[in-house]
Amino acid sequence: MDVRRLPSLIEERAFDILVVGGGNAALCAAMAARERGASVLLLERAPEHMRAGNTRHTRNIRCVRVADGSGSSRAYSEDEFLEDLMQVTGSPPNLDLARRTIRESRWLPQWMSEHGISWQEPLAGTLNLGRTNRWFLGGGKALANAYYQQAMEMGVHVRYDAFVEDLVIESGKFQAAVINVASAQRKIGARAVVVATGGFEANLAWLKRLWGAAADNFIVRGTPYNDGTLLAKLLEKGASPIGDPKGFHAVAVDARAPKFDGGIVTRLDAIPFGIVVNSQGRRFYDEGENIWPKRYASWGRLIAEQPDQTAYCIVDSKTIHSFLPPMYKPFCADTIQALAKMLSVDTNVFSQTVEDFNRATAGNANLRMERLDGLSSRELQPPKSNWAVPIDAPPFYGLPLRPGITFTYMGVTIDDQSRVVEKTGRPFTNIFAAGEIMSGNILTKGYLAGFGLTIGSVSGKLAGEEAANYARS
Amino acid sequence: MPVLELFQEANRQLTICNSCRYCEGYCPVFRAIETRRDFASGDVQYLANLCHDCRACYYACMYAPPHEFAINIPKILADARAESYRRWSWPESLSRAFDHRFVEAALAFMAWAVVVLLSVTIVGKDRMFTRHLGSGAFYQVIPYVAVVIGGMVLFFYWTCVWVIGGVRFWSEANNHAPQLSSLTSVVGAIADALSLNYLKGGGPGCYYPKDRPSSVRRIYHSLTAWGFLSALMSTSLAAIYQDVFHWLPPFRLVSAPVLFGTAGGVAMTIGTVGLIWFKLKSDDVPAGGVAPAMDYMFLAMLCMTSLSGLFTLVFRSASAMGTILVIHLGFVAALFITAPYGKFVHVVYRFLALVKYRTE
Repeated sequence: MDVRRLPSLIEERAFDILVVGGGNAALCAAMAARERGASVLLLERAPEHMRAGNTRHTRNIRCVRVADGSGSSRAYSEDEFLEDLMQVTGSPPNLDLARRTIRESRWLPQWMSEHGISWQEPLAGTLNLGRTNRWFLGGGKALANAYYQQAMEMGVHVRYDAFVEDLVIESGKFQAAVINVASAQRKIGARAVVVATGGFEANLAWLKRLWGAAADNFIVRGTPYNDGTLLAKLLEKGASPIGDPKGFHAVAVDARAPKFDGGIVTRLDAIPFGIVVNSQGRRFYDEGENIWPKRYASWGRLIAEQPDQTAYCIVDSKTIHSFLPPMYKPFCADTIQALAKMLSVDTNVFSQTVEDFNRATAGNANLRMERLDGLSSRELQPPKSNWAVPIDAPPFYGLPLRPGITFTYMGVTIDDQSRVVEKTGRPFTNIFAAGEIMSGNILTKGYLAGFGLTIGSVSGKLAGEEAANYARS
Repeated sequence: MPVLELFQEANRQLTICNSCRYCEGYCPVFRAIETRRDFASGDVQYLANLCHDCRACYYACMYAPPHEFAINIPKILADARAESYRRWSWPESLSRAFDHRFVEAALAFMAWAVVVLLSVTIVGKDRMFTRHLGSGAFYQVIPYVAVVIGGMVLFFYWTCVWVIGGVRFWSEANNHAPQLSSLTSVVGAIADALSLNYLKGGGPGCYYPKDRPSSVRRIYHSLTAWGFLSALMSTSLAAIYQDVFHWLPPFRLVSAPVLFGTAGGVAMTIGTVGLIWFKLKSDDVPAGGVAPAMDYMFLAMLCMTSLSGLFTLVFRSASAMGTILVIHLGFVAALFITAPYGKFVHVVYRFLALVKYRTE
């Protein structure tokens, strides 16, 4: 049945469950609900070629791994997983849910394989994650392609370009979704709804309310469709918020990146190899504080706090080939002064910064990237604690940086049946949430590589199952 | 796209791939990308010929058009591959003439027609349309010496152009530095080529004709390639039979040349028809500009060669045998003539690219 040809059916409560959203969590929810016998309509706001939201940019998933007898060093226990999570985010608001998510993650690889996902070896250069994370073949868009194919074969109905603007809720019970198709509004009724619409990181007006003019210089790394429309509606209709409203996860990306959807290729791994100056030409943070995977996520926020939300990473010909080749060609000049002109930073201040840094690191050589090498600056503020070697081998290179927002933390509170909870503490009868919109129940700051998909998959499956149980009862 | 722009565009796209690397699990192209930082024309042509056009990377790419990064690796590599076929074949001017499918078709047809007409003239109407039975029946239609000389000349020409192309490829792909490969690399590459190891899309199969992986295209290609080898075996055995043992064709139905020839002909017919059918159904977006025309010509020619060969066998006792045999030899001649300039050369370049990959 092609729903596009049957608009009248839509008015008539033809489906048990509506899934709003089209990313990993939405797909897992749709498949899980369908497997419990419910009829499911998935409403994806994006056109087909942009389906699956930020799932398109993912590449691995973090899962518990049980020792298989071939050597316990490969195991990744629930306790260790939880410890890793606590280290980045502190104590999760809903510890039970965090534990449950981690516990369930053990079965995800098998479930994913059964739903069409293929696997590959960890990508080169990510061996540090080989034990804790699994790589699906081809990355997130390939994963979403496989899920869409699987879901449709199972009988899940999918509609693209279907923007859900609002939910009709009467005395705590969902009645219908208000969708906008080709500028016409239409109501679709169903017994239950799963909201998996992601965060609000692509809503520039919302970010601006929180961050002022600085938000104009933020780059959104993922889909332009995550504008938090339904998150705002749910909060407006009494859903209980969770997580820091101003919280977002951001990394350093090339300032020349497109405003939206630049994804992985715009990020820069150059920072530990050189120094970072702001637009005034001054350093502002220890570039060698910790190994890069651990510091990767902090630089977005650091740059967001600088004037014009812009910074420049400076390296020389000794280290230019030491990091992953960037998509955009670095600015390149034979002298520090010429580089300053190219980057439009104050020549005198910038030259002084480099001179001070070189004096503080004189004699340092042979940095060792694979560990904290202790090659630090002397009597310098801020210091560079590791990998500090002078910037003295022309040509010199400059990479312009801006904060690249990956996701926002604030979402809606859910209960142990994945139902969205009202401020009164009572859950909405038949509104379930999955994915980024509820990740604030588990993750309030920081990030653990591959954990977004773990939360999305587990919460999606649970929400789908609970919604199906409700709808079929 | 002008050649310079083509290589610049390939460099732009490959640089983006190099900072992404999500496709690393699909095939050696991406693993070869990761060992480079810049992509000169030799690198691009090496990668282009290493690419088996399974299209997994296109469907997996979040930067595929209409995204502003417009990453379409199967297409840009297909275009670079077509360009490499042109510039390495000898003489280059002739290979550029083959660019246009109609020119290629016309030349192929001409070769076919020449053989047919010559045969008719030499043979004369009487012998052509008479039933010929028993040992040496084929040569009563076309003289043995004509087949041997014609075949040898074409085969020699074909081999020479392939060797020239191969040497040019090796030189350019290695940036003109001498490069030797170990025997292990060569043996490994032969295995990769015969098994079509890299048409598996990293495991689940080739994303062809559309966005769902399957092994069917690999099966069609294997039928075609193995069928061709089987037909080649049949011809070689036939040559040994008549020149060493002085047994003249037609051979008995259970003889080795007939069995190899029949198996090869059937496999090639199924394989080429399947590949043509898939190509007709396939997405245009990840396809190269001139590549499909080249592919269709080559597949059609292989298909006609194998079909007409099978017909020769089926009708060998009938009075139509003479006509069918001449048509078959016409197609064989056309295949030989276009071999150095059409899609057939991919055998050489892709094999050398596999050797290079193993060597790296």
